Amino acid sequence: MEKLLRILQDLLPQVDVKHDQHLIDDHLLDSLSILALVSELEEEFDILIPAVDIIPDHFNSADQLWALIVRLQQEG
Amino acid sequence: MEASLFSLPFLLLFLPAVVVLFALAPARWRGPVLLGASYIFYWMISGKLLVYLLVSTLSVHCAALWLGLLQKRQKARLQQAQRDEKKKLRVLFRHQQRRIVLAIAVLHIGTLAVLKYSSFLAGNLNSLLTLLHWPALSLSFRFAVPLGISFFSLQALSYLLDVYHEKIPADTHLGRLALFLAFFPQIVEGPICRWQQTACQLWQPEAPSFQRLTLGIQRILLGIMKKVVIADRLNLFIQNLFDRQLSDNGALIALAALFYTCQLYMEFSGSLDVVCGSAEMLGVTMPENFRQPFFSRTISEFWQRWHITLGTWFKDYLFYPLSMSAPLKLLTRHFRRKWGTHASSLLSGAMALLVVWCCNGLWHGAGWHYLFFGLFHFTLILGGSLIAPLGTRLTATLKIPVDKLPWRLFQMIRTTLLVALGELFFRANGLALGLKLFTQMIGNFSLTPLLDGTVLTLGMDLHDFFIVAIALWIVLVYSVMKERGKDPRQLLTQRRIAVRWAVYYGLILFIVIFGAYGSGYVPVDPIYANF
Repeated sequence: MEKLLRILQDLLPQVDVKHDQHLIDDHLLDSLSILALVSELEEEFDILIPAVDIIPDHFNSADQLWALIVRLQQEG
Repeated sequence: MEASLFSLPFLLLFLPAVVVLFALAPARWRGPVLLGASYIFYWMISGKLLVYLLVSTLSVHCAALWLGLLQKRQKARLQQAQRDEKKKLRVLFRHQQRRIVLAIAVLHIGTLAVLKYSSFLAGNLNSLLTLLHWPALSLSFRFAVPLGISFFSLQALSYLLDVYHEKIPADTHLGRLALFLAFFPQIVEGPICRWQQTACQLWQPEAPSFQRLTLGIQRILLGIMKKVVIADRLNLFIQNLFDRQLSDNGALIALAALFYTCQLYMEFSGSLDVVCGSAEMLGVTMPENFRQPFFSRTISEFWQRWHITLGTWFKDYLFYPLSMSAPLKLLTRHFRRKWGTHASSLLSGAMALLVVWCCNGLWHGAGWHYLFFGLFHFTLILGGSLIAPLGTRLTATLKIPVDKLPWRLFQMIRTTLLVALGELFFRANGLALGLKLFTQMIGNFSLTPLLDGTVLTLGMDLHDFFIVAIALWIVLVYSVMKERGKDPRQLLTQRRIAVRWAVYYGLILFIVIFGAYGSGYVPVDPIYANF
């Protein structure tokens, strides 16, 4: 989780990424930053994020993102 | 019946008749009543072209059921399979499902391409042959385009893709899918709904209520005001500058581009107000297509607030699948080591974005000026992303208070002017005329016609300008309230009955007295219905 928070903080330096629950709804993460985030997460956590998983419910908060990472790691 | 949500037969006869039938029908018959009304509406406007809608509905229904069946089989086989067999099975079933989706996508996009783009392609092919001094081909295509084909095709594909990705199960109920694609207020100008947003509530709408009825009527009145008082009143001025080219003065052309931007928003958002208001009366809540777009600080934000349902469709079904495709991911990873995360993502994002904006431009129509419009916005969005870090550093160095009103206002005006510049090309009849108008606007700019009264001789007199200004003020106040999180319509329902009815009568009288109709006015056609 620490690694994820660091990646998010680098991407969104002015946002409280640990507690913010509306990263997508408040337009803090736009399409291009999502691509940067996905690319970073795939490399750091050795996962493959399919396009179908790019939905607000997975990207609105650090907790939701962490749940997605754990799920994809378990699915192998 | 004409294909307009503002026509009197629709507003005074068809819609009220459906609302009465809907209210009288038992709960389980309300969905079928809406479906019947939707097909009658479509038949009255498009006649035999209804067959396109029927083929789309049936093909998507069968394909979705087939996908559902394959997914069930896949699960059963996976439960019994050994670990090393599972991957092979997944690939096998994925390929089978992909073929079905591809066939339906080709059917829908192919139909759209033939009906809307064959004439454009044939014309360009002949121009190319002429350029090469080869004999031109005698190709002439003229097809009647069914109402709302661009809207229901995208909805049909989104449903099928969602079933394919197992976001939703395939629905066995044909009626529910048929109504989802054909719902009569929505089929003319959208919004482009997703299955989860409207399908179930359309088939089992909420019970009619007095509150829903009044809220719906309020919304329809607002839409009529936007269209009849503002969009139609601006029409003659816009036609005189764009179609008849009565002046080559730059200031007047710039004003016409601004007026067209305003007209487009008022006509399109007004139509969507009628759609949402009609749906509200029929117990259905539609997704919003606009979120005060002219309060946007950047072009990227503008497209998150304008024609939202088209933008999200392209984002979910084109942009992400493309930018997350294996070749682009490989490219991102390769350049990431050299350029860093931001720049490499920008590169793959830009390639996907280019495809999206070409499609967005061409979705609006077959013409080079539509493609130019798409590429114009692509350039602005990409340029904005590239210079964003520089802009942030510059405002920090100059200590500009970026969250204060003056800076925000500057950004909003800048965005509006850029949008209006794009609309100049969008409205011009062809790219050549767009470029000519743009050159005149820059090269022959003089404020004299605005000061010596020439501006009042081009289809709008002082009285017209004054009425448009008042109506725009009403829309602005409404938009500011919405932007601040207040719902003016809900607030109105909490007021005393005398206040409520004073507002209703005030609005009706305003439309009746100041609406631009009758001799001397040419109402603007439903702009987005043609797309």
